[in-house]
Parts: sequence; structure tokens; C-alpha cells
Amino acid sequence: MDIHALHEVVHTSRDARRTHILPKLSPAERDTLIKKYHPDHREAAYRPVVFGPNKGDLTVRELASVLEGDSPIPTDLPLEPDHTVDVLVVGGGGAGCAAALHAHAEGAKVLLATKLRLADSNSVMAQGGMQIAVAPNDSPVQHFLDTLKGGHMKNDHDLLKTMVEEGPSIAKWLLELGVLFDRDADGNLHVKKGGGSTKERLLTCSDYTGLEIMRVLKDEVLNQKIQLLEFAAAVELLSDEQGACTGAVLQDLDNKRFVVVAAKTVILATGGIGRLHIQGFPTSNHYGATGDGLALAYRMGSPLVQIDTFQYHPSGGVYPEQLVGQLVTEGIRSEGGHLVNAKGDRFVNELDTRDVVSSSIIRECEEGRGVRTATGRVGVWLDTPLLEAEQGEGTLDKHFPAMVRQYERYGVDIRKDPVLIYPTLHYQNGGVKIDSNSETPVKNLFVAGETSGGLHGRNRLMGNSLLDLMVFGKRSGMTAGARVKTASQGKLTLNHLQRFRAEAKKHGVTGQVTSPMVLPAYTRMHTA
Amino acid sequence: MTANNDNTLDQEHAQQPKMVTVEIDGKPHQVPAGITLMKALWYTGQEVTRGAGCLGGFCGACGTYYRTKDDPKVKTCLACSHAVEDGMSFSFAPSFPARKATYDLNVLENPKQDLFELYPETPLCRNCNACTEACPQNIDVREGVWKAVFGDFKTVSETFMDCVMCGMCAPVCIADIAPSLVAVYASRAYGVREMEKPPGLADRIKAIEDGQYQEDWNRVLNMTDAELQQASANIQ
Repeated sequence: MDIHALHEVVHTSRDARRTHILPKLSPAERDTLIKKYHPDHREAAYRPVVFGPNKGDLTVRELASVLEGDSPIPTDLPLEPDHTVDVLVVGGGGAGCAAALHAHAEGAKVLLATKLRLADSNSVMAQGGMQIAVAPNDSPVQHFLDTLKGGHMKNDHDLLKTMVEEGPSIAKWLLELGVLFDRDADGNLHVKKGGGSTKERLLTCSDYTGLEIMRVLKDEVLNQKIQLLEFAAAVELLSDEQGACTGAVLQDLDNKRFVVVAAKTVILATGGIGRLHIQGFPTSNHYGATGDGLALAYRMGSPLVQIDTFQYHPSGGVYPEQLVGQLVTEGIRSEGGHLVNAKGDRFVNELDTRDVVSSSIIRECEEGRGVRTATGRVGVWLDTPLLEAEQGEGTLDKHFPAMVRQYERYGVDIRKDPVLIYPTLHYQNGGVKIDSNSETPVKNLFVAGETSGGLHGRNRLMGNSLLDLMVFGKRSGMTAGARVKTASQGKLTLNHLQRFRAEAKKHGVTGQVTSPMVLPAYTRMHTA
Repeated sequence: MTANNDNTLDQEHAQQPKMVTVEIDGKPHQVPAGITLMKALWYTGQEVTRGAGCLGGFCGACGTYYRTKDDPKVKTCLACSHAVEDGMSFSFAPSFPARKATYDLNVLENPKQDLFELYPETPLCRNCNACTEACPQNIDVREGVWKAVFGDFKTVSETFMDCVMCGMCAPVCIADIAPSLVAVYASRAYGVREMEKPPGLADRIKAIEDGQYQEDWNRVLNMTDAELQQASANIQ
């Protein structure tokens, strides 16, 4: 059947749907739906971690083997430092840039190392916006409660309070750097409503929020002449005799050489795990999202939290094939776009939380109300033309220029036709345990952004990630930058690695997997 | 998976994976039709370190030159978001050492004038339009450069909102302008120096500093889990 014929049901059912309001689910209904259909509840995909700080905890098999994997570093590697700095920041996305800028502002000597280019990250792709309670009818406390509800009440209260309270000052900081957030006619910040939120709280730069923020942060990192090492992946941390972090070993990806960095403090801002393709899901994540920071911190003895829960974004592309897994912005649903099954029916309140919406899409598809493509993929419709019908022609061009372009490249006009979507692996809800200054239980080791865990509970709310990056990037940078004024450089050893290897051997883990992965092995898999 | 036969999309290339011939860096390869240029590189066994980033069309890491069959025109695209065609030739764009000026936007005397100090080559644009033709995002780059020269930084910021900083506009410029860098400067200068600060934001920051939410926090943070659950379910 031709794709236009399949669209027909969306066009013919549109007017009837416009007056149809779907109630949000009760807590009990949500739980039942999630337990039955959410990928986090597929037991066969999970196994206990064999050894280390999270021994016995369940996580997905892909992550367990990365955590238990062996370091590429020989234990007798000469540890003569190639660089000696105050603060080493690993990662060039939102959290890494925010951390580097704040540590630099404290007067610290900063080195920022990233395995791709500065700003090549997930942050740059964030389209939906950044949640900050700035509207008159809103408050940080409301933001706290909404996030808690979205996270199934499992969020770390300290981290969460810190994030929501610092939100407005982050908006101020970004405005002072020249980020052009959308405004209302009166000059105030324009706010949109995001899934799972009770108030309009999303700050946006059309649907280029992450790109605009990263263009500015990258430019500022370069203006401040912060020392950069691009195409240099952190492959091991360094510790002193007391187990405190004292630096890292990087690998230059151009010449494969190891680069030893002595640092009084290290901030890991390496992002998430989408490129591990958990449970075979496609992903919206960038090329380097291979969970490197999790493996590095784990080998140092840092415990991880909530590593059994991941976010599958409701709207990943399904058709055309080139867009499989790529994100289709949630903004469409925020502005009233409907999700429609093959029968032309809506089946979920589109503004419910991501886990609920994803679970309901999976339910529709598993129960035969999905739309199948010839490549065997299945999905449901996202009714984009509805926005033009509701808000007038030109709405999509004005509010969603990136998405119009994303589909135009493949000859799909989203103003006229709906798009096919299915959940895509999007975010790691948990991560390395941190305190409200972003420090891990390992002294002088900080973790900021998606690599850290606890803040988002079991499901991150839309728009909270960009804020997380900025708040904890800032706090890690300020804390690390301030500490180095009095701290001295500790000895560089691989003692923690020797302990880790001994543990692995004791538990019969033979080290077939080298970790961190650094980049996914698509040449061997032939396809991503 | 249950699905009836009526809801299958036509995707000719997917139904029977059709192969096409493409030339990568001058070498011919057979790859499945319809995949992206980036996937074609992986498919042919090439390790990609430089030249891949977000893989979603936003970071500009994978700027690529390509030519379609029998067409003399060399065009640009992002390898992560462009599909292969039979007879196509393509190569990654190498990194280009464009000069980025450094500045402190808060202390510049007059950002519109200072542009000519920081990027003195900007007004030397000779209107050849090569930058606009080289832009994979279809930005009117040349027009944007002139807007910057004329001091209309607001329009520059709007024109370049789609810019992914791939930098493909720079190597083609005969006046050695790096338009994407000029645009970031102008756009930031507009935000920092011309935009009014939102009044409501300062009020909210002050309210937080003054402890206006302290009572609410005390109430909320002392709740049991069950009470919290009730409270977050009840908010309107």
C-alpha cells in the first residue's frame, strides 16, 4: 500500500479527533501499562553485575559488560604526565562546557578533553527546550513536584531541589552569554508546556534550543582560551594511595598514543549510553554515547544508582529508513499534535510522561494497531498537519524549522502529511552517584550531566536534561575550581585498576570486553 | 508482532535491498540504496573517527562534498542526513583552519564597529555567492554576511538560527571570510548588547534568594513519600 493511502486515515479522522479529549491515566493505570509494555520491565534483557560496587544489582546486559570490561591500559604504563592541570574536564557537551567555563572563572587551569570535537554531543540536538520555573504562575516547588511525579517519586530530593532552585540563575547566565531564548511581546521569556508538566516551563530557541546553547558555549570556551584536546578519549582514571582521583589517561584517537594528565580534580561529563543499543533499540544519541564515564568511575569504586532504568523517547523516526531512531521533537505533542494508530484513533494523552506515552505506543503496535513499513518496522502516526489546521498555515515553519528540514531532505512534507514514529533509546535515567556539588564518593572525582544519576528518578521529564547539564556542570566546575586553590596534586598510580583486575579474576570475568568502548563498531555491524 | 497486510508502506529499496554504486574518495563501492552517506562509509568497512558527531543533522561534524551522476556541480550535505544515489561520488570535507577571533562581549565598545577589528575581512565580500551555494542548511549566507556588515545583528541571528557550524562556507570564500564565525559573533552580540533582559526573571531570582519559597519547601520536604505522591498528583 502506498504511504499516501495509509496517511488517509489520519486526514479523515482529524476533525473528529480535534474535539476528543483523552484523560490522563490514574497512577494505578500508569503502573499497569508501564509494567506490561515498557522495555525496562523485560526481564530477559537484564542480569546482575558480577562484581564491583554494584555487585548483584540488575542492569541491562549491554551495560553490565561495559562495567565489567577490562581497561586497555597495561598496569605498568609509565605515568609521566604529558599535561599537569588543576581541573581535567572529560567531555565537550553541555555539562563539560559549563563545567570548564565555571572552573576557569574560579581561576583554575583547565584542560577540556573530548573524543569528538568540542560540542559534538547530545546537547546540541536538544530540540524541546529547557525547563525553568520563570512564569508568574509557576515556582521551583511546582517544578520539584512535577519532576518527582515524572520520576515515579524516586528522585534524589537534594539534587532535585538544587536543580530547580538554580534554574532561573542559569537562564540569566545563558542570556548574559548571548543565548537567544524565545520571548513574549513584553520581553519576558516565552514558556511552553512540556509532557508531564503542570505549568508552562519550557524555555526554547525555536526547535534549536540545544544547538543555540552549544554554539554560544563553544564560542565562549574558545574565547576564554581554555586548553582543548579534541579526538582524545579518556580510557582510565588515575588515583593516589588513598584512592582519591588524581588525573586520567587519555588516548589520542589520531595516533592511538596514551596521554597522561595529572589533575587535582577530574570532572566526567561523558554523556549517556544510547550507542550501546540496549535491547537492540535504535537510538537518538550521538556517535560517542557509549557510557565511557560509567565504566571509568565504576573501576575507581564509584557506585552507580538506578542503572536498571532507561528512557525510550516516544517519538523516534521509523520512516523513511534514513531517519530510523532519530528524534522527532516532542514539541509537536506539546503544541497539540496527536498520536494516531492505524485505525485513526488516539490512544493516549500525548502530554503524559515519556514512559507512559512510549509504553502506549508499544502496546498499540504489539496489539496490531500499528502501521508496518516494508522493512518490518512498526510505528504510529504523529499528526503534524493538525498544527497547521489548529494554529494556521506556516506554524510548522515558524515553530519547527529543524523538523521541517529534517523530513524535507527525504521528500516528506510534514505540513501536509503525518510522520511515522516509534520509541527510540534516548536517555540513561540513572548513573554515577553524586552529591549536590556533583562530587562522587571518590574524592576529587566529579560527574556532571547524563553520566550522573539520581536526579531524574526512574523517568526524566522533558526539558530537565538541558537544565541538569547547566546546573551540575556549573556546580562541579565551581567546586572543583575552588578546591584546587588549596589542594595539592596527588600521586599518579593505577592501584585501583590492579584491585579491579584482581576482583575480575576472582569472579572469573576474563576480560574479553575492552572498556570503555569509545566508539561503536559499526563497520563490523554494517549498519547502525 | 501482529499486523494486517493493509498497513505496509511501499519502500521499494527496502523490500528487496537494491544495491547502488557510489564512489567514496574516488573508489567505487556497492551499497544498499537509500542508506545515508555515513552508513555507506560504515557499510564499506571504513572506520570513522573524524567526521561523525551527533548523527542527527545538528552538530555539523560530517560536512561532505558530493556530486550526482553526470552532473558537474559539486554540492554539500551532512553525511548523516543525506541518502546515497546510484552514480554518486562523495568525500568528507577536511577540517579547515579558519581563524576565530576572541573577544569579551561585555567590554567591547561598539560591537557593530568592533566587527571590523575582529573580522576585518567581513566587508571585503565580493558577492560571489559561493558561501550560500555551499551551505547544506540552505541559509542565505551571503545576505547574512552583509547584514552583519550593515550592523543588523538581529537579522543575522535569525538568518543563522539553522547554522550547524559545519564551516563549509569558509573554504569557498575568496575574501577569506568564515561566515559561520562572523554569525556567532553577531548573534551573541545582539543577545548580550541589544536584547533587554526579561523583567520577570530577575524577580524570580530575587524571590528565591529572599526565601519566598521557604515555607513551601519546609512543607514539601517534610512530607512522607505517600504525602508527596498525593501532593504531586493533586497539583493543577
